[in-house]
Amino acid sequence: MDISNYLYLSVILFTIGALGVLIRRNAIVIFMCIELMLNASNLALVTFSRIHGNLDGQVASFFTMVVAACEVVVGLAIIVTIYRSRRSASVDDASLLKN
Amino acid sequence: MLHHSLHLALTVGRTATPEAVQFWILAPLATLAALGILLVKKAVHSALLMAWVMVTLAIFYIAQDALFLGIVQIVVYTGAVMMLFLFILMLVGVDSSESFVENVKGQRIPSIIAAVGLGGLIVSLLGRATVGSPAVGLAAANVDGNVQGLAKLLFTQYVWAFEVVSALLITAALGAMVLAHSQKVRSPFAQRDLAIARFRKSSLGEAAGLPASGVYARHNAVDVPALLPDGSPAPTSVSQTLRARGDIITSSGFALEHIEEQED
Amino acid sequence: MRTSSHLVYLIALPLFSSALLLLLGRIADKWGHLLATLVSASTFGIGVSEFVAMHSHTGANRAATQKLFEWISVGNLKVDASLLLDQLSICFVLLITGVGTLIHIYSIAYMDHDKDRRRFFAYLNFFIAAMLLLVLGDSYLNLYVGWEGVGLASYLLIGFWNQNPVYAVAAKKAFVANRVGDLGLSLAIMISFAQFGTVSFTGVKAGAPHASPAALTAIGAMLLLAAAGKSAQFPLQSWLGDAMAGPTPVSALIHAATMVTAGVYLITRSNFIFDASSTARILVVSVGVITLLFGAIVGTAKDDIKKALAASTMSQIGYMILATGLGPVGYAFAIMHLLTHGFFKAGMFLGAGSVMHGMDDEVNMRKYGGLAKLMPITAVTFGLGYLAILGVPPFAGFYSKDKIIETAFNQGGGKGIILGGAALLGAMITAFYMTRVVVLTFAGARRWKDGSHPHESSVLMWGPMVILALGSVASGFLLSMGSSLVNWLQPVVNASNATGGKELMKPLVVSLLALAVVILGAGYAIVKYRTVPEIAPEQVSVFTKAARKDLYQDVFNNAVLVKPGTILTAGLVATDHNVIDGAVRFVGWVISEVSDVLRKIQNGYVRSYALTMLVGVFIGAVILWVVTA
Repeated sequence: MDISNYLYLSVILFTIGALGVLIRRNAIVIFMCIELMLNASNLALVTFSRIHGNLDGQVASFFTMVVAACEVVVGLAIIVTIYRSRRSASVDDASLLKN
Repeated sequence: MLHHSLHLALTVGRTATPEAVQFWILAPLATLAALGILLVKKAVHSALLMAWVMVTLAIFYIAQDALFLGIVQIVVYTGAVMMLFLFILMLVGVDSSESFVENVKGQRIPSIIAAVGLGGLIVSLLGRATVGSPAVGLAAANVDGNVQGLAKLLFTQYVWAFEVVSALLITAALGAMVLAHSQKVRSPFAQRDLAIARFRKSSLGEAAGLPASGVYARHNAVDVPALLPDGSPAPTSVSQTLRARGDIITSSGFALEHIEEQED
Repeated sequence: MRTSSHLVYLIALPLFSSALLLLLGRIADKWGHLLATLVSASTFGIGVSEFVAMHSHTGANRAATQKLFEWISVGNLKVDASLLLDQLSICFVLLITGVGTLIHIYSIAYMDHDKDRRRFFAYLNFFIAAMLLLVLGDSYLNLYVGWEGVGLASYLLIGFWNQNPVYAVAAKKAFVANRVGDLGLSLAIMISFAQFGTVSFTGVKAGAPHASPAALTAIGAMLLLAAAGKSAQFPLQSWLGDAMAGPTPVSALIHAATMVTAGVYLITRSNFIFDASSTARILVVSVGVITLLFGAIVGTAKDDIKKALAASTMSQIGYMILATGLGPVGYAFAIMHLLTHGFFKAGMFLGAGSVMHGMDDEVNMRKYGGLAKLMPITAVTFGLGYLAILGVPPFAGFYSKDKIIETAFNQGGGKGIILGGAALLGAMITAFYMTRVVVLTFAGARRWKDGSHPHESSVLMWGPMVILALGSVASGFLLSMGSSLVNWLQPVVNASNATGGKELMKPLVVSLLALAVVILGAGYAIVKYRTVPEIAPEQVSVFTKAARKDLYQDVFNNAVLVKPGTILTAGLVATDHNVIDGAVRFVGWVISEVSDVLRKIQNGYVRSYALTMLVGVFIGAVILWVVTA
């Protein structure tokens, strides 16, 4: 098996994640899809690290995880706040910024 | 073109057979689980599928000599972050499900086209990027151990980024607290306070409490206003909440007809 | 030239007093007029002491300067705020402070019943300060400050009773007409800076002989425009008649004795410009002759005593301007006439004020008549002023006006005959209209209603009138005795350079001729106005009608200046509304229409925006794919 198969898997997962962000309406699911995209890119980074024979890719992946954690914390807090005021976790309900 | 690139990409490097077996079992499962996230109705099912994808990825990391990341992926991601997701799901309503009827015009089809097209393009570009660079492998880099190697990089070359990221984490924690914290603007009224307030009003009409709602021969409920002596409904006799929701029935049907004649 | 440290007080005292009276407000009501009068009198005292001090020096040291501070220092332009008191300035200083003090005293009584008397005196003091700055400035720019200051004072005082809209409009008219003249002065200053690199009198004087004739003529013409604006000369004469809206002391001080003569001062001060440009001189004499006849003709038809006197002022200043245009010999006579005129015209204005005071502010002379018996002092002082303006020997006007007529004749050739003839004709008309004023007011039968009780005014009012009347009698003799004024002004105006000109007639002949036309004019008036209808007759000649209408000056201004201006403005407004605003509105309309379409993109759904972003990334990837192929 060729190592680049990991990369193709990464692309597939990334695409599915992007599609999820665009199609799903539940804010929490959208967040999971974002996490999926981040994880897919992490897989790519780890694979690149292996291809190039140094650990820089893994360090980058590590930072991605930290940033993702931050993002999840703040994002989920926002979701809770929105849910508290609108009684809904659907991103389509928060559509006041139109016209 | 695409085929050409794939062909070139194939030359990156070969893996050992056990890893290939593992990959061909786990990769389709991960893809199926990812598609499941996309397609299941209930958010809690999505979360569980997500956890499965993450565990799979952790196994792939370990298989690719990224032991530290693999562990972190399981402990931090699958353990902490996904728990956070589930926790929020509990808050928002665990069995909330959404319909798949798209109500934004021109969203679904273009999304699929754009996403799939982007995926294809990235695959093609990936092929070009890896052309002619045979895999080195991490045997040399991990000679002191993967964790030691990573630590050496993190605390030398990437120490500045590391510190900045720590500041980012603290800020995020603070931000989450500020966002999630709701402050009470006043202390709740005690019964004593309410009683005092009733007697302090300009009129003592409501001091003994508001009138009870209508009790009639044919209807006896909290959603009908009582009738005043002149036959008009008493609006204060029904709950404010019901009134606001419009859940009250008009009481005019219960009024006596020709009330003046009755007095004669 | 010596330096003096006292000159600044001449300006600072009245300026300070004015500011004090205005700032203190009602607190100063009780004593404001006394302070103002005291300050005015003390400036007169300083003036006299400076005059005496000048006599104790000789030659160039008679003139004194005082540098106050460095005012402007920008590139090549360096202007100091400094004062110059020379033989010419001191004449004006004495006239301004002397007549000014008398009029301050007069005003105490005249404005007694006005609740704003303090403000009036504050303005008067401000005027004194500005006028003194005008005559004491050592450069055109310093003069300009005073020039604007007196314009402001004039505006404030004409419109002193601005609760009456007519008076307020009169003030505005005076201000606007003056602004036109001021434009001339500022242009003259700019040209002289461009030409000589300096705006000080000494600097310009030194440079004038080497300057190009065109520049000199331009400066001269612009100075003349300035003089015409300030001194109500043709073609900017129209404001002076309306300026009589102000209180009578103001008419006497500002619009007869001092401010309106600033134009004569300006031309005399700039003698080095006009000496070097014959074209400018011709312009000056033309303006002078036209105005002296214009004013005289207008004066014949006025029934309003103050407007008749205003027309007379215009005409007399025309004489002065004519004199200044006659070359070096004329300057001294212009100044002499200016000084004597300051006495007799101020005196007559105060007399008119006294009459009005007694007649409940009635100004129509047809409602007067026979006032001599009831107001003997006013009648006598007015009569002395009358004799002085007519030029009857030995009164003041005889010495100054006859000299101007004589000098005009001496210009020689056709020019001399035309100028002299016009001046003689002016003298005749002057005699006619002044006699008319006197006859209508003081002689004949009484035409006033029983309701009014004409009476002699208080001593505060007739005192200054008597002093001015004495001046009307004696000033001419004193100033011309042994050519004293001519010699005195010699260092400033350089009269010895005069070519003299061929004497056309002996002075005695000119005097006799002038006396003859004066008797002719006066006699005709006496005969004509033996009976005076109370209401001005309607059936009169076109000439009378024209004169009553100020020779159609306002009609002319309206048709030539105001109308085209209004039309131009209306056109500009229409252009602004339709073309400029239209273009702006069109752009706005296009943007709004486009926005209406584009706004649909903003549907508020975050997923839609995310799709847009992804499409963007997709396009970016396509580009990358193509470029790296």
